[in-house]
Amino acid sequence: MLNLSGTIDLIARYMPSILSSCVIVIELTLFTILISWVCGLFAGIGKSSKYKIFSYPCRFYIWFIRGTPTLIQVYLVYFGLPQFGIQMPPFTAGILALGINSGAYVAEIFRAGLSAIPRGQMESARALGMTYTKAMRRIILPQVVRIILPAITNEGITMLKNTSLLSTITVLELTLQTQVVIARTFRPFEFYIVASVLYLVMTTVLSHYSDKLEKKYALSI
Amino acid sequence: MDGLPKDSNGLYRDTEDAPVLSVVNLTKQFGENRVLKGISVSVRKGEVISVIGPSGSGKSTFLRCINFLEMPTSGDVYFLGEKIDYSVSGLGPKLQFQKRLSEFRTHVGMVFQSYNLWLHKTVLENIIEAPVQVKKESKKKATDIAMDLLSRFGLEEKKDEYPIRLSGGQQQRVAIIRALAMSPQVMLFDEVTSALDPELVGEVLEVLKILAESGMTMLLVTHEMGFAAECSDRVLFFDNGIIEEEGPAKDVLTNPRKERTKKFLSRSIR
Repeated sequence: MLNLSGTIDLIARYMPSILSSCVIVIELTLFTILISWVCGLFAGIGKSSKYKIFSYPCRFYIWFIRGTPTLIQVYLVYFGLPQFGIQMPPFTAGILALGINSGAYVAEIFRAGLSAIPRGQMESARALGMTYTKAMRRIILPQVVRIILPAITNEGITMLKNTSLLSTITVLELTLQTQVVIARTFRPFEFYIVASVLYLVMTTVLSHYSDKLEKKYALSI
Repeated sequence: MDGLPKDSNGLYRDTEDAPVLSVVNLTKQFGENRVLKGISVSVRKGEVISVIGPSGSGKSTFLRCINFLEMPTSGDVYFLGEKIDYSVSGLGPKLQFQKRLSEFRTHVGMVFQSYNLWLHKTVLENIIEAPVQVKKESKKKATDIAMDLLSRFGLEEKKDEYPIRLSGGQQQRVAIIRALAMSPQVMLFDEVTSALDPELVGEVLEVLKILAESGMTMLLVTHEMGFAAECSDRVLFFDNGIIEEEGPAKDVLTNPRKERTKKFLSRSIR
């Protein structure tokens, strides 16, 4: 059943289409991460706000996202929103759903990082005449980023893997492409292994570079 | 503040009779807790004032209210004769006051008990950050000023170190230099030697002494009675949110009039 040279030929034949679906995975991941950072930054700061008008919606958002399955959230955006006239192509709906999902986790990571910065860092900046915004941008956030880098990478890796959920809403990424190939070849074992290896390569590259980044900045704090 | 004449350095011109800084009937309340119950102080140019008193007497809160790190509950702060507006309600200080408060703070240097150097920046970066970002000085000019100050206090070879690699005493000296680099008119020192190992206190007091002798206007909250006696023109004894006794350093420290002051001084280490 496992004819080696025949298998290699088969895999090689489908490799170009599989590799191009990896590009989709990378695109999906990058957009998702971008959206999650924006959501996470606002929700993280908002949840720590002493004003209920900011903190309550952020609390609800984080509570809802962390307490429901990611797949349901993807369905809500892709299948649910069109009922209200909000229709999006699968790719857009996918990055939006995953970005909002990941944002809730990023918010908690961000909040933890923010509370790890001693009060005095902000005070000394204000005492030297910096505005709140400038002190946040120049003094606080650069330190928060260094602290949360490992956790945020972890979240990025999770997101990369979660893009496979988008196969269910017809985004032709690695998982769906693999399924398409399997439907033609009836070789699920070989091609799921190929897909696994490709996911592994991508996540390993991601964590390798974040390790480097972490080491580079760890020295200074 | 905008109405005042400025000199060539962009600083507000000194007027002989006006105090650099005055605080009128300042109060501060945290919930039910009245920490400051009406403090009035005038600081003349070049004057060195030590604030002493038991912990919880409101000394630090008083200092923090002067540059509005803590918003006073009531009372006024005047800088070079000009009242500083502040707001206590709504979303922190309202936006229109924010800019003027920040501007005012550039003239008032503050040094903290816990140094508060920025951990992600080197010594030099710490010092030039505010001159470049807030006063919009060129990086070159700010660096020149910073290097000049660093070598004056024997720290020039530490310029590329990160704060965490320095001793407490060195960190505190850098923090003082960071405040000085803004060429402030007044300096506030909030128990700057309290967090230091005993053998490191001396080097920081030495810097304070040099500053005092150079004519810097200074307000210090301190537990160093020896330093207060030697270097300050005036001593304020705080107790329970009011100034219990004040006067020339020698009088208050060696010959206090009030019973409360005597009691405090007899218990504190000389």
